[in-house]
Amino acid sequence: MRAYKPKDDVQKKSYYTDRYWVAPMVPKSMVEDDAVFAADLAAIKAKFDVSDAYIQVEQMVVYIKPEDNVGVLKLMKEELGYTQLSEMSAIDWIAKQGQFEIFYQMLSMGKRKRIRVKCFIDQNQAIESVNPLFRSADWSEREMFDMFGVKVNNHPYMKRILMPDDWEGYPLLKTYPLQGDEFAAWYEVDRIYGKEARAIIGPEIRDSARVDRYDTERFSRLGFEVPMGAEPKAVDAEETPLAYQEEGGVFMIDKFEDDKTEIISDRKR
Amino acid sequence: MAQHQVNYTQDNGLPVALTTIDKVVNWGRSNSLWALTYGLACCGIEMMASGASRYDFDRYGTIFRSSPRQSELMIVAGTLTKKHAEFIKRLYDQMAEPRWVISMGSCANTGGMFNTYATVQGVDRVIPVDLYLPGCAPRPETLQYAVMMLQKKIRAEKAGKAQRPKRLL
Repeated sequence: MRAYKPKDDVQKKSYYTDRYWVAPMVPKSMVEDDAVFAADLAAIKAKFDVSDAYIQVEQMVVYIKPEDNVGVLKLMKEELGYTQLSEMSAIDWIAKQGQFEIFYQMLSMGKRKRIRVKCFIDQNQAIESVNPLFRSADWSEREMFDMFGVKVNNHPYMKRILMPDDWEGYPLLKTYPLQGDEFAAWYEVDRIYGKEARAIIGPEIRDSARVDRYDTERFSRLGFEVPMGAEPKAVDAEETPLAYQEEGGVFMIDKFEDDKTEIISDRKR
Repeated sequence: MAQHQVNYTQDNGLPVALTTIDKVVNWGRSNSLWALTYGLACCGIEMMASGASRYDFDRYGTIFRSSPRQSELMIVAGTLTKKHAEFIKRLYDQMAEPRWVISMGSCANTGGMFNTYATVQGVDRVIPVDLYLPGCAPRPETLQYAVMMLQKKIRAEKAGKAQRPKRLL
């Protein structure tokens, strides 16, 4: 847990924070500090290679070889009591070292401990599925494939889970633009109307705050409404009062007259 | 005839009202706008509140239907993702003419705060929209006002077959 800071006067302070500020690393401690973790690590080390292990925020982090992932998780599930895989995914370190970091967050309800098992795989390397051990890995591995393009061997249904099946690109990669590449920008147009409709429909307007009061095709000013497509000089015409019905009335419906309405202040009347 | 409460001294002594076909048809259309339930996100909650007893859309003849075949109004309430875009087009195509679309809330109008790769930047990229309703999320009163404005728009249209079918392309 992070230390609690009082937030009574938080609104009086400036919102500005240095955008290049890098959070300092949370301090690590030795695995030997915790007897339970030390015993677990010894059991893992007896059968598998462990390249690094430490305790961070009361959780043990263990780095293993990627080909040992099923073996380590099986050992932890069947012998060490870590019966739940609460979360798993990948981290994109391609720019830094050309690798993905895969993590498995394990929970032991009996020991009340959490262990994070991590390993590095290369960009085009596949990893073995842990779905036979934990059913929760089914969708997590599909999401990992969907978002990062990490392929999982022997998964029963290796298919995209969130994005459409015909989507190109992996959106959670650091190299993927937030507003999408060209495929994403034209996806719905290409899919529904075909590429030849691109010129008619036009590119996406990404400025959602765009208002043009002289564009009477797309905008209207409340209280100053003019017909759609009217000349721009009509925009600054005189105010049109708020009216729910057209002049002359509606067939078989009484006109709503603003001055004959009564605002009820007592709701229980 | 005598059982009706008709004042024979008025209206030329007959229970008759004179009007035009356009007016009668548009009166019927504008006062029985059956809406397709299209709650995609939090705006859907406001849309449900508008249909429920406190705001009571039934007063306007707006009754929510679960089938596009039975509805002529599509209230797109919420964020349209790119994955869902083809389904909204298909459901829109299944609605019978004449049909109208209200784009409810910022997300449906412009993509809103979801300036990302996965959100359609406005449903008018996929289907033609009659009325854009701003707000995040618009209150039920605002949706009522939108429906009344749409009724006003419908009553201004020609009711005959000369009306061009709406297509985006």
